[in-house]
Amino acid sequence: MRPFTYERALDPADAVARVAAHPDAAYLGGGTNLVDHLRLGVAAPGRLVDVSRLALDRVESRDDGGLRIGAAVRNSDLAAHPSVRHDFPVLSQALLAGASGQIRNMATTAGNLLQRTRCRYFQDVTTPCNKREPGSGCPAVEGRNRTLAILGASEHCVATHPSDMAVALAALDADVVVLGPSGERRIPMADLHRLPGDEPARDTTLDPGELITAVELAPLPAARRSAYRKVRDRASYAFALVSVAAVLEVEDGVVREVRIALGGVAHKPWRATRAEEALRGREATAEGFRAAAEAELGAARPLSENAFKVPMARNAITATLRGLVRAAGERA
Amino acid sequence: MTLTGTPPAVGTAVGPAVGPAVGRGVRRLDGRVKVRGMARYAFEQLAESPAYLHLLQSTVARGRVSDVDASEAEALEGVLLVLTHLNSPKLADTSDGEYTVLQSPGVAFRGQIVGCVVATSPEVARHGAELVRIRYDEHPHDTRLREDDPDLYAPDEVNASFPTDTDEGPVEEALRSSAVVVDQRYSTPMEHNNPMEPHSCIATWDESQERPTLTVYDSTQGAHGVASTLAKVLGLAQQDVRVISPYVGGGFGSKGLPHAHNVLVALAARTLPGRPVKLALTRQQMFFLAGYRTPTLQRVRIGADADGRITGLVHEAVEQTSRIKEFAEQTTVVSRNMYAARARRTSHRLAALDVPVPSWMRAPGEAPGMYGLEHAMDELAEACGLDPVELRIRNDPPADPETGKPWSGRHLVECLRVGAERFGWSRRGPTGSRRDGDWLVGFGVASSTYPGNVMPGSVARVRYGGRGHYAVHIGAADIGTGSWTALNQVAADALGLAMNRVHLEIGDTALPMATVEGGSSGMASHGSAILEACRRFREEHGESPEPGATTESAAAEHPEAKEYATHSYGAQFVEVRVDADTGEVRVPRMVGVFSCGRIVNPRTARSQFRGGMVWGLSMALFEHSIVDHRFGHVMNHDLADYHVPTNADVVDIDVSWLDETDLHLNPLGVRGIGEIGITGTAAAVASAVHNATGIRVRDLPITPDTLVR
Ligand SMILES: Cc1cc2nc3c(=O)[nH]c(=O)nc-3n(C[C@H](O)[C@H](O)[C@H](O)COP(=O)(O)OP(=O)(O)OC[C@H]3O[C@@H](n4cnc5c(N)ncnc54)[C@H](O)[C@@H]3O)c2cc1C
Ligand code: SF4
Repeated sequence: MRPFTYERALDPADAVARVAAHPDAAYLGGGTNLVDHLRLGVAAPGRLVDVSRLALDRVESRDDGGLRIGAAVRNSDLAAHPSVRHDFPVLSQALLAGASGQIRNMATTAGNLLQRTRCRYFQDVTTPCNKREPGSGCPAVEGRNRTLAILGASEHCVATHPSDMAVALAALDADVVVLGPSGERRIPMADLHRLPGDEPARDTTLDPGELITAVELAPLPAARRSAYRKVRDRASYAFALVSVAAVLEVEDGVVREVRIALGGVAHKPWRATRAEEALRGREATAEGFRAAAEAELGAARPLSENAFKVPMARNAITATLRGLVRAAGERA
Repeated sequence: MTLTGTPPAVGTAVGPAVGPAVGRGVRRLDGRVKVRGMARYAFEQLAESPAYLHLLQSTVARGRVSDVDASEAEALEGVLLVLTHLNSPKLADTSDGEYTVLQSPGVAFRGQIVGCVVATSPEVARHGAELVRIRYDEHPHDTRLREDDPDLYAPDEVNASFPTDTDEGPVEEALRSSAVVVDQRYSTPMEHNNPMEPHSCIATWDESQERPTLTVYDSTQGAHGVASTLAKVLGLAQQDVRVISPYVGGGFGSKGLPHAHNVLVALAARTLPGRPVKLALTRQQMFFLAGYRTPTLQRVRIGADADGRITGLVHEAVEQTSRIKEFAEQTTVVSRNMYAARARRTSHRLAALDVPVPSWMRAPGEAPGMYGLEHAMDELAEACGLDPVELRIRNDPPADPETGKPWSGRHLVECLRVGAERFGWSRRGPTGSRRDGDWLVGFGVASSTYPGNVMPGSVARVRYGGRGHYAVHIGAADIGTGSWTALNQVAADALGLAMNRVHLEIGDTALPMATVEGGSSGMASHGSAILEACRRFREEHGESPEPGATTESAAAEHPEAKEYATHSYGAQFVEVRVDADTGEVRVPRMVGVFSCGRIVNPRTARSQFRGGMVWGLSMALFEHSIVDHRFGHVMNHDLADYHVPTNADVVDIDVSWLDETDLHLNPLGVRGIGEIGITGTAAAVASAVHNATGIRVRDLPITPDTLVR
């Protein structure tokens, strides 16, 4: 554990100035991921700039009925927010399915989005890992990869993104607002996280020094009927083996609106666009749900230990959609 | 299914009192200080200007340290010492490979201690450790346990001094002529104990007197054992090593014996005489250095006649040990006397691998062994078309099959009957027949067992302090079980006093010798010593002693114990729900009924049984130390990845026991309760999962991927 300096930023611009000028500086949110990495030697920044106390700690309703979620809002507070629970239940459910009460009380929105993979080799500095040490190799490809990716991986990295919240945000087509040395920009959730390709060290498309200030949700009435289903090794406090965030609107037995994102299967929250296409405008039936899930998972390339994720994801998608239909009092 | 006879009385929350104190659900005497955070554990003991030690661990699984560059670390402000094999003091005794720390450049497993950095703060020590550059000559290693490993060998004996193999009667012939035969392989994975409090110590080496002395605050299940080991290894006189261990945050066997870190911290203290050196293992380090349960590969063959009476039983286990020290888990010993059989064979074979040293983990032997045996019994019941409860009742042996001795009290059948009643076992349906919405529902059952153990050698001291107050001294440990309280109850009754007149001191080698708090033997061993010391005290000093009157005594001889086969038994019933889509398993209900002799404190006993069952559930569904054999070490070495149950996984656990006193083993009538709860549970869960889904998962743990279709 390398010694570091700790400072508190005064406002977002000050934070950016403090980090952008120092290549070895890092933002500190709730610290539930970064501090572990400091101890483990996975990260060794020389300077921490605490952004958890900036005035980015509010959830605000937008004029158009959407929401603006401050980057420093704690996961517990966001999950409990009445608008979130009412208008975007999938987001509240995803947050509550993550980590533990204590961790959610500390974790921030931005920190959650930018938490790093739980790949065991990545977290163990005595083993190689392309993400931690570019070019050192990826022992997971032929190693203990039960929890790792089945979609969109590369020979250089097969890690998964661990966040539950991010999966819900992907299904909701959220925008991420960031502030950099050259000003503010908005990044659609789908473009925030990357697939590993031949540059697995880069988790996201953020430029060095960019600060996440907010996450914005456009209004989506269909999302009132949405759900998060997390399949995991124990009832609580475990990362997803696979997870499904789904929004479903059915009218007269026909799918009007559907959004599906998967967690635990790829280097980023996986938007299941093929499945959505297969469903939109079609009859809402259990067989149709299953066929759509299969269409999405046709591209799966399981590793030596995780072939089970394919049927697990298929069944989880099907069951989640079935559940949403049931909740709407319709039959599937 | 036929279950006959009226169940005997069942003890529940608070059983009938035996003495005024014994048998009462007395609250833990140390509960208040613990929940208020005021109990000082080993690492929290006050020490003047302490130094902090951080380990250096090998990053190869086999080889030699070829070069150490400590210059950067030594230059760091606050670093007091970098200790490696190059500058370590020599040890006096190197007969035990685990305790032979820093005596050579050799590396026998990945994560082995190759040095340490001692500094004025834990942060500097940790940073310093990162700056030490160690190079290795790496040799090829082997960490994978295989049934067909050509180097498997039969140890001289297995843990707790049991014979390695037994062979009674023509078992192959019996199997050949059986109407029904089950022949299956079962496996249990490597598992790590993980008590909440990590292994920690503060060691101070004092050279200011004529002879050097060593004082160690340690988190241990046996202060005297730590002291005698350290004395031997370091070449000190036993009386010059004092070990103090007031509170212990769990051990589960991993603190039953000292480990390499105890020797290391003593070596560092010796190099910095007069300065207390503190060490707390990190959670990650506990996956290398604090013992673990070996993986087991078991093959069980059981033959039965058409009525389900066992004709022949073979239980074989293949397990691992380390190259530097042998530990042989006694996995198949349970099959030697659990059920009647005309012929039987049991065996253990070991592979010595480039792995850390395995050791005791709650119910070593019985926990994995009862999984294999009881799962096979479930399969036998299915093959015979018999109810699994009935199958066990039919094979209940009238006397110990191994020795022919009478049982001191075998009440397995009652446990099964009472449990079946409490659980509602008669509602169990055929395989795969019950569904509740998206959940597949199943019931399962298995037996539990654990031997009644008494360890000789403990001594207790009773001293009258005046004004009606008595001190009772014994160097025993309370590792969170409540034994401090329960031993106090024994002393109060034996002296004929209210509990608040008795002041029990434990956890210090300055007190009379006590055996390790392990093998579920604490109450039988330490309680019996206290009982006898109190009896003699009254004999010698009467009811109105002079202040200062003192009596010291070991437990009374109890020759009768040898004439009986003494085992505790239990029955566990489990309901599981398996998500039909995802294979996730939930366990809404567990019932455990135990027969363990007298229950001294129903409140703390209940926690022991329940805790054991929770751990059995954990073994069934979660625990699994995942090794990457290319590197040779456990990859999921923290509690985020090494799963144990959360509150949400543990729902309704119904614990009860038979009212019983077993005076054959010891005058207290107890047989021990610490470990039995974990035995059989995993087989009951597997049985229930099969009942729900029709799927036999024989390799633990039963994770969703084994069930999803
Ligand atoms: C045992 C355990 C179990 C867990 N289980 C789950 C689970 O089941 N599901 C789940 O989703 N998560 C889980 N988590 C992860 C948890 O959700 C994350 O650790 C948490 O969300 C991170 O938020 P933080 O604010 O603490 O981030 P930090 O640790 O402070 O930061 C994480 C990263 O984000 C960067 N960062 C922080 N704020 C900003 C900002 N405003 N702009 C730019 N960069 C920033 C930091 O530099 C750092 O790289 C678990 C964690 C633990 C320890
Ligand atoms: S999968 Fe990615 S994170 Fe894991 S070892 Fe390979 S490169 Fe590293």
